[in-house]
Amino acid sequence: MSTTTIDSHTQAAADEMTVGHFLSTYVFSKDHKVIGIQFLFSTLIWFVVGGMLALGIRWQLAWPWSDMPIIGGMLFPEQGGQIAPEFYTVLVTMHATVMIFLVIIPILAGAFGNFLIPLMIGADDMAFPTLNMLSYWFMWPAFFFFGGAFFCDGHGAAAGWTSYPPLSDMTTSAPSSGAAQTLWLLGVTTVGISSMLGSVNYMTTIIQMRAPGMTMFRLPLTIWAMFITALLQAFALPVLTAAGFMMLADRLIGTGFFLPEGLVVNNSPMAAGGGQPLLWQHLFWFYSHPAVYIMILPAMGMVSDILACFSRKPIFGYKPMVYSICGIAGLGFIVWGHHMFVSGMNPGLGMTFMVATMMIALPSAVKTFNWLGTVYGGKVQFTTPMLFALSFVSMFVIGGLSGIFMAATPVDIVIHDTYFIVAHFHYVLFAGTAMAVFGSIYFWFPKMFGRMMNETAGKIHFALTFIFLNGTFFTMHILGVGGFPRRLADPYHYPTFSHLLTMNQFMTVCAICMVAVQIIFAVNFFYSIFWGPKAGRNPWRANGLEWQAPSPPGHGNFDFQPIVYRGPYEYGSPETEEDFYPQTMPPKQDRDNLA
Amino acid sequence: MGRVWSILFLTVPIFGVWTFVSAMNDWWPMNGGAFAFSSGHWFPSLDVSDHVKDHLFYVILYLTGVVFIGTGAVLFWILWRYDGATNADPVVFSHGSHALEVIWSILPAVVLLFIAIYQMDAWAGARMRRPTMADGAIKPPLCRVTGRQFEWRIQYPGEDGRLDTPDDLHILNDLHVPVDEEIVIEIESLDVLHSFFLPNMRVKQDVVPGMRQYVWFHPVKEGVSDIVCAELCGWGHYKMRGRITVDNAAEFDRWYSAAYADQETSQFSLPEEED
Ligand code: HEM
Ligand SMILES: [Cu+2]
Ligand SMILES: [Cu+2]
Repeated sequence: MSTTTIDSHTQAAADEMTVGHFLSTYVFSKDHKVIGIQFLFSTLIWFVVGGMLALGIRWQLAWPWSDMPIIGGMLFPEQGGQIAPEFYTVLVTMHATVMIFLVIIPILAGAFGNFLIPLMIGADDMAFPTLNMLSYWFMWPAFFFFGGAFFCDGHGAAAGWTSYPPLSDMTTSAPSSGAAQTLWLLGVTTVGISSMLGSVNYMTTIIQMRAPGMTMFRLPLTIWAMFITALLQAFALPVLTAAGFMMLADRLIGTGFFLPEGLVVNNSPMAAGGGQPLLWQHLFWFYSHPAVYIMILPAMGMVSDILACFSRKPIFGYKPMVYSICGIAGLGFIVWGHHMFVSGMNPGLGMTFMVATMMIALPSAVKTFNWLGTVYGGKVQFTTPMLFALSFVSMFVIGGLSGIFMAATPVDIVIHDTYFIVAHFHYVLFAGTAMAVFGSIYFWFPKMFGRMMNETAGKIHFALTFIFLNGTFFTMHILGVGGFPRRLADPYHYPTFSHLLTMNQFMTVCAICMVAVQIIFAVNFFYSIFWGPKAGRNPWRANGLEWQAPSPPGHGNFDFQPIVYRGPYEYGSPETEEDFYPQTMPPKQDRDNLA
Repeated sequence: MGRVWSILFLTVPIFGVWTFVSAMNDWWPMNGGAFAFSSGHWFPSLDVSDHVKDHLFYVILYLTGVVFIGTGAVLFWILWRYDGATNADPVVFSHGSHALEVIWSILPAVVLLFIAIYQMDAWAGARMRRPTMADGAIKPPLCRVTGRQFEWRIQYPGEDGRLDTPDDLHILNDLHVPVDEEIVIEIESLDVLHSFFLPNMRVKQDVVPGMRQYVWFHPVKEGVSDIVCAELCGWGHYKMRGRITVDNAAEFDRWYSAAYADQETSQFSLPEEED
């Protein structure tokens, strides 16, 4: 898929078109840019899948047990076009799984990490190009595992994306708990291998391959964020992988790591015992809590770069920004228990996790204030990437503040596993991270494909997404406070929640509109790849090294040896007549000496 | 255009505040037309003596509300004022301010620490200080609730005050508790995780197989409400509904005797397996 697009752009391709050459240049490429774009296309395709699954969930919550228009008859002929409760649990599980493991994590680390790291630090490629290629190809088994799960008994895994045992641990608890659940586990493990290969590469590359003059404190915040993210992955992932293998052993060879004695599930008694369901929760969240920072830190970094560029001003408080990235990552390892306040974990332990969790809000607040400080006093250019970056800040405030409610343990008793949580993480992940991803695509598109995207279409895409997004997700806070539980195929079964139906219908209409609006993006994206106006090296007049390379950069990235003289945020510096000051431009006295 | 975008961002705090205020006052127009005063979009009505969790929620709501409105307003003002198309002033070439960083680190830290300490007592009350009898002994549970795919089995100890003896009363999905008394309930699971959730009592606790846990609350008003399962427990999760009835003491005794008599005459048998 990505192969054809690159193809139309690279002159060299036309010259020498043998199959072997084609495969090594565009399919099994070791060039970090091609790998990044491969990740980008794959994740965008899965984004569509995840979005469709979300609409399935929303359809059921707005018009429960009613025929789905158009596609219902095709998908579920046995139910006359209705979503069965079994399938609803598949929808929530697979929507979340796809969005987290196949969209957000690989698009941030895989697509942007790969594409940007060597370019922004002035390297010609990653430290280990072959490993890098493998990190992409290890996604494919995961694609097949997760995709294949839809074609197994039960049509997908159905134990929630957290896969809490015993439900997920036994092969007899539901139609989906056989092969589909096993494939789910294998998928998570392979995604983990992919991330692990990537993270080793990122750490080495950032430490070893920086251009002359590129000190750690001259790195763009994007690179700092990617670096810390790679560290998080390297330390947290092995725990998830181990837990995954333990669960596979429970399921396939009859061990009982996560099963207590004497369970009878769905009328079949379990042989094994002696384990503890809470053990899985500790292991799972020991990875998955850091993972939520893996899903937000790179976005924070990219947003910082975009904000500085379009405010035409330096980042406010560069070092505090770096320290707060490190602070978030460090604290991120000791707060996993806040997912378990009502799990039956020792309440004294809950108190410890509560205090740590409160404190992690602090570096997030510092970052927010610094972003506002960056825009303050600038000359704001309302380009599409800037609008998305600003919306990241505005939405992240909501996601961050709702986190405080859940950190407060007694309040969490009330709102845990209700729609308040769903609202919270969609503000962070969708309104925050996914918006930052859109902004970054608009921003780095000229570098990726050598052409510009259409600004007017981009702004319409932004405005409509922004409006419908808030319509969809803000009201979910109210549902949650009303006690409305998540993952219920028919919450109106409970009289306590029956009056919330109309509110849900409002959200579903907003969600359908929001998904429809993405067509504008898709058209703009593909049209621009082929026919967008040609971009020069530095269309946004930005400072970073990547903007000094050709658009798109050839193999080896730079057509000169970049030497770095300053940090990446010297916009509006009194030392230059221009309002930007590229990192590679020699200082004034050097230029004078040369002349 | 910059003006339009600043206003678009301003709509976030406006819409946000409107959503909360209208839900609190039941103006939410989606239910029965604009400004219809309907049946409560906010917390389910609370019939428990202990309002401490709601109180905490409001404290946090007001604190975060100030920050939410504040940052929203500042963002709006900055975008309005510093729109590159209309702002003729030179940019403020600044790399930051140490004093500001210190201020905006310490202020939130103090507020967060305040919330952290302020809530501890409520948490201890909800999870650590189990109700006691007049003589200081730990209060025994009124009954045991056992989660099973997809039903709540309820077991009262009977005359002897002990569970798992022949005089126990077994009931399905229909919990009765007396009003004006500290109610302690023992919860367990037979198969997978469930979560025992009483929205009207602000009680929620995952039910973990292999663990025995206790929850407590103090109902002060008679009435009927729902027992909800709040942890995904399989395809029938949505229909794992129970009912909790708060009765006055006399009514509770009458119900109990009737239910017990009923059980004896119908030769106690466990409810049929259901798929
Ligand atoms: C088109 C936009 C989206 C819509 C309409 C949507 C809708 C939903 C809904 C209704 C649920 C609730 C399921 C339930 O618990 O009952 C849900 C769950 C979830 N969504 Fe989304 N979502 C969207 C985008 C995203 C994105 C972009 C991400 C991640 C980056 C995401 C991640 C999740 C996760 C992790 C869950 C939790 C599922 C669970 O375990 O219950 N969603 N989504
Ligand atoms: Cu249940
Ligand atoms: Cu359940």
